[in-house]
Amino acid sequence: MDAILLQILNGLDKGSAYALIALGLTLIFGTLGVVNFAHGALFMIGAFCAVTLSRLLSLSFTTIDPERTDFLGNPLKVETPYVEAWFGPETGAAIIDWSVPLAILFSIPIMALVGLFMERGLIKYFYKRPHADQILVTFGLAIVLQEIIKYFYGANPIPTPAPDAFAGSLDFGVLIGLDPNLIIYPYWRIVYFVFAMAIIGAVFAFLQFTTFGMVVRAGMADRQTVGLLGINIDKRFTFMFALAAVVAGLAGVMYAPINSPNYHMGMDFLVLSFVVVVVGGMGSLPGAVLAGFLLGILESFASMAQVVALLPGINQIIIYLVAIVILLTRPRGLMGRKGVMES
Amino acid sequence: MSLIRKPLNRRSILRASAVGGAALATPTVFTSRAWSAGYLNEPTGSTVTLGFNVPQTGPYADEGADELRAYQLAVEHLNGGGDGGMMGTFSSKALKGNGILGKKVEYVTGDTQTKSDAARASAKSMIEKDGAIMITGGSSSGVAVAVQALCQEAGVIFMAGLTHSNDTTGKDKRANGFRHFFNSYMSGAALAPVLKNAYGDDRKAYHLTADYNWGYTTEQAVRESTEALGWETVETVKTPLAATDFSAYITPVLQSDADVLVLNHYGGNMVNSLTNAVQFGLRDKLVNGKQFEIIVPLYSRLMAKGAGENVKGIFGSTNWHWSLQDEGSKAFVKSFGQKYGFPPSQAAHTTYVQALLYADACERAGTFNPCGVVEALEGFEFDGLGNGKTLYRAEDHQCFKDVLVVKGKENPSSEFDLLEIVEVTPAEQVTYDPNHPQMAGGQLGTCNPGV
Repeated sequence: MDAILLQILNGLDKGSAYALIALGLTLIFGTLGVVNFAHGALFMIGAFCAVTLSRLLSLSFTTIDPERTDFLGNPLKVETPYVEAWFGPETGAAIIDWSVPLAILFSIPIMALVGLFMERGLIKYFYKRPHADQILVTFGLAIVLQEIIKYFYGANPIPTPAPDAFAGSLDFGVLIGLDPNLIIYPYWRIVYFVFAMAIIGAVFAFLQFTTFGMVVRAGMADRQTVGLLGINIDKRFTFMFALAAVVAGLAGVMYAPINSPNYHMGMDFLVLSFVVVVVGGMGSLPGAVLAGFLLGILESFASMAQVVALLPGINQIIIYLVAIVILLTRPRGLMGRKGVMES
Repeated sequence: MSLIRKPLNRRSILRASAVGGAALATPTVFTSRAWSAGYLNEPTGSTVTLGFNVPQTGPYADEGADELRAYQLAVEHLNGGGDGGMMGTFSSKALKGNGILGKKVEYVTGDTQTKSDAARASAKSMIEKDGAIMITGGSSSGVAVAVQALCQEAGVIFMAGLTHSNDTTGKDKRANGFRHFFNSYMSGAALAPVLKNAYGDDRKAYHLTADYNWGYTTEQAVRESTEALGWETVETVKTPLAATDFSAYITPVLQSDADVLVLNHYGGNMVNSLTNAVQFGLRDKLVNGKQFEIIVPLYSRLMAKGAGENVKGIFGSTNWHWSLQDEGSKAFVKSFGQKYGFPPSQAAHTTYVQALLYADACERAGTFNPCGVVEALEGFEFDGLGNGKTLYRAEDHQCFKDVLVVKGKENPSSEFDLLEIVEVTPAEQVTYDPNHPQMAGGQLGTCNPGV
């Protein structure tokens, strides 16, 4: 029982990341009809927004400490962050400590601009091209973005810790009357799950309850008719691309403390997120979210030692296995519209 | 006019055959240019080309960049530039700072991408197109084993870079291949006594192991050495190499009754699994009345940097560390630090040393012929290169030297000062029989000069 509960909890944070990335992918596919293989790179750029802000806040000036020496025996250069000099050591340290949550605000304009540049500068030229062309160009773009990040930040993972207030873990088992140490769950992963739910809720509310969202939904259903009504649907779809980029970026920002960001983290999530979209139903936003959580939890279960002992290697193929079964039995996915992918 | 002054007869043919046979039968060790007969990529001009095969892209690119820096520094020193680095402290004095055997050292580079096929392709290109006489480098055992086999087939020397699996000089050893870096067995043998002192002999260990060759040999080495102390191994779980989130593997650990977690992971795997383990509060738990502990058998400073604060207080082993105070290490750190502005990693150290050892072997053999170099390196004892007295054992081409047991530093003074040396384990304690079960199988074979 406790093992099952534990794996459900484990699946939630990974599922949150899958759901957020898949949500963005579905928004782009549903509005622009583009299969965006660069979406994982947007997730990665989001994580590096957190790294960048952390570095900016840690920008330091150098003083020489003649009492101490560096590794070559020269007087030690002591780095003091400007924020500590300006606001005092305690406030300055707290600002640096909270760099990841602060990066949420920092990343929104950056990700929106990256999204706009991507869509206006490259992807719009591929709207009428076959999906294979779109996949090739966006995959190429993902590699370029990845290499740019590697050039500036190196290949090694960069630790980007959560604020000290969220360090440690919650003994979830004790809360529900089980023995201590049976079900533990890090505070930051709880934060990540709650954050993901809030973002998903906000995107749905935006599409459901605003006029802008209504037009976008109408455009997703019938682009030509909306265009004939005199509405510039292209402009709105470009906005949606930027919104999808922001969602992926925010998923990346908040993921940075869970696993130290590195330049290829986007690729690690991209393929799985595509499977999530297919399983959820191409173009279905609730499907993407549902499948994200479902596959995250399923992946956690498949990683259990008992399951791997029974079916060796199942942890590496479970998601693809589910995708195959879904494609064979229900090609439109769990919540896809009837007829999509079924012709 | 005939070039044959005397007519050939039975006696002259017999005489010529006898002289020729005697010359061939004379032990070649008596001749200074014993191996001057033809061999692959024999340098005929004023230069000699070495091939540096390091990961320039992919997950170990930073490690590869540090290896390349070290090679460039070695080339500079071999050609008489800079301050000479470890050439001044090296016990062998064959290197003169005029290149190798009077030929200026040049180099070409290849990108292994930490993929065996890519590494073989780049090594092959450097041998066939660029005429490299020796291939060196790499940051993974899979790559090392693949490139070593290629060099054996081609007939050039392979001086391995960072490769820690037992197999490189165990079941996959080759006559043309040499490893200076330590291995999984040595990590286990060095760590076990330190772990006993720190954590006692009544512990229950849970292993998470990267699902490939290096992971298996490291798990086996640490498991056997800790079980010999009296520890119990409660579970060993293989984790996919591509895994990035280890939470699903970490959470069952506490339910298993284990009080020690051994992370047989390297690179990004180690950074992520250790970060996850600390996030899940494992180190704050008391299990079986004991503080829960984590062990990382193979540490590197670059990895420790990736894991950040999570490495504090965690034991592991390493081949070399820049804070060592022997003359060789100090000379290397000074040369490297002045040229690049930061201290070298263990990957940089082992590759720099391998370049020097190869050059020295050529000088002592008096030839670049791989078979001469093999003969010069086999059983070669040296000192002054940072690890104390070292032996290149003839039976398996593995270096035997002191091994460092390190711990993540509690209060680092800089971004490089992440590990502290807990113990320098003497070479005798990590030396094993060439036929040890962990090294079982495989034959060294004979050297191949390529022609």
